[in-house]
Amino acid sequence: MVTIETRDASASARAETIISAQKVNVYYGDFQALKEVSIDIRPRQVTALIGPSGCGKSTFLRCLNRMNDLILNCRVVGKLLLNGEDIHRPGFDVVDLRTHVGMVFQKPNPFPKSIYDNVAYGPRIHKMANGRSELDGMVESSLRRAGLWDEVKDKLAGLGTELSGGQQQRLCIARAIAVEPKIILMDEPCSALDPVATGRIEELIFELRRDYTIVLVTHSMQQAARTSQRTAFFHLGELLEVGDTNDIFTKPRHERTEAYITGRYG
Amino acid sequence: MAIRERALLGVLILATSMAVVTTIGIVAAILVESLRFFSIIDPSSFFFGTLWSPQIAIREDQAGAAGSFGFIPLLVGTLLITLISLAVAVPMGLAIAVYLSEFASSRTRGQIKPILEILAGIPTIVYGFFALVTLSPILRDLGAELGVEVAGESALAAGLVMGMMLIPFIASLSEDALFAVPDSLRHGAIGLGSTQLEATARVIIPASLPGIAAGILLASSRAIGETMIVVMAAGIAAHLTINPLEAVTTVTVQIVTLLIGDQEFDDPKTLAAFALGLSLFALTLVLNIIALHIVKRYRQSYE
Ligand SMILES: Nc1ncnc2c1ncn2[C@@H]1O[C@H](COP(=O)(O)OP(=O)(O)OP(=O)(O)O)[C@@H](O)[C@H]1O
Ligand SMILES: [Mg+2]
Repeated sequence: MVTIETRDASASARAETIISAQKVNVYYGDFQALKEVSIDIRPRQVTALIGPSGCGKSTFLRCLNRMNDLILNCRVVGKLLLNGEDIHRPGFDVVDLRTHVGMVFQKPNPFPKSIYDNVAYGPRIHKMANGRSELDGMVESSLRRAGLWDEVKDKLAGLGTELSGGQQQRLCIARAIAVEPKIILMDEPCSALDPVATGRIEELIFELRRDYTIVLVTHSMQQAARTSQRTAFFHLGELLEVGDTNDIFTKPRHERTEAYITGRYG
Repeated sequence: MAIRERALLGVLILATSMAVVTTIGIVAAILVESLRFFSIIDPSSFFFGTLWSPQIAIREDQAGAAGSFGFIPLLVGTLLITLISLAVAVPMGLAIAVYLSEFASSRTRGQIKPILEILAGIPTIVYGFFALVTLSPILRDLGAELGVEVAGESALAAGLVMGMMLIPFIASLSEDALFAVPDSLRHGAIGLGSTQLEATARVIIPASLPGIAAGILLASSRAIGETMIVVMAAGIAAHLTINPLEAVTTVTVQIVTLLIGDQEFDDPKTLAAFALGLSLFALTLVLNIIALHIVKRYRQSYE
């Protein structure tokens, strides 16, 4: 299977790759969930992963920060390079990997701690702050960048779990940002949210893409079109097509991609 | 069909009401006898008295003396032994629970859980026997070695063995509490670059703390009500002390001693057993209610 790759709009961007997946195969026991997936992720861009349910988007996303390690019967074969370094090489520091590659989950999962402690969690375990005032500053700037500061600045001691769903998801984004990752993986971050909250998260993704590399799994074509520069289309464990979001949505090369994005899939 | 169902329903209701009636009956009986006791002995001298010496009352040459029924030494002895047992069982039980729930493979877990269940099923008299025959002499010898005097029946021996009895209990309740923490929190913590140990210490255990606390309260209430171990290992004389190397006695031990042998049923000595029983019942009831309340609130927070 050869992935169709449309040319990048700018030739200079082509040279830049932050994550490179090369012939990645993933198995759950005997079941093969990903087949020979090869893709280069560009820095400071949003890459959207789309495709029908069960095609392996989440599985692929979890390869990038080795969260598949936590799944008992899951086996990942193939090369994954982060800035050219093989993340499966023996002796590679997985914990360190996850500080560089943050993750926001489908369902908001704030810790049952205060809003402040949620955001301060990462800086604390990684000893990023010298003293309370520096930590305060990190918490504030993370909440600001996640667009949540104004809503919670007067109740930082309140429980993170008592916020609304959309606020919880922005809290989780703030919590991920606070670790200062270079890459943020988001697995359908809006699927549990209403349209207004979704709109806010999309604005946020749009903002964040200047500083971060974002890989976003989404079922919403509009969301992929609105927020991403590149889109990858998965189908039955294969990466069928990857290219500029504009190209994918206006002139998809693969008939299945076209069928999927125009809603004629299935 | 309808008749059969109604008959079946009748049986179920009957069984349920028997349980309720029995409970009410027991409480009422204890209450009535306790009231009789308090009509003879001033309640304040019972609840605040620091001398427990019911034996005086049966000495013929002191017929006038009613005996001394100060509850405090028994309470202190009970709490002392309970605290010692918790000091053993909480760290051990928690460590086992954390290991089983967060670190062990499912195979190891499958092997260890039955062992814990066996441990939990050992009759407490066996533990008491172990305390009396094995642990107390060891403690005494150890004390002699170190130049401190350890009583043959010390609070320490009773507490340590009771702690061993409580380990599987606390381990199992804490494991349930840890298990109830959703995986999404584990993944959230790991995804932020926590090691497994950091995730466990900073997220999983705090998140399950209410459940663990409830387990500890239930364990305390068991320790307070436990009888066989203390009867065999703790002693009968009521010293008011918090020195774990001395012999102390507990509420349950005194109930046993008061009721052993032939007594008149309106003897204050006999009635005192009911007052003790009532106090014990109230104490454990309160602990259990608090524990259940915590567990309920905790369950709700993850739904
Ligand atoms: N833990 C697991 N054990 C076994 N099979 C799994 C596991 N997780 C996923 N799979 C299987 O792997 C395939 C890909 O799953 P994955 O969750 O990556 O799909 P997805 O594209 O994210 O789907 P969705 O859009 O529904 O979230 C599916 O067929 C799924 O059943
Ligand atoms: Mg998914």
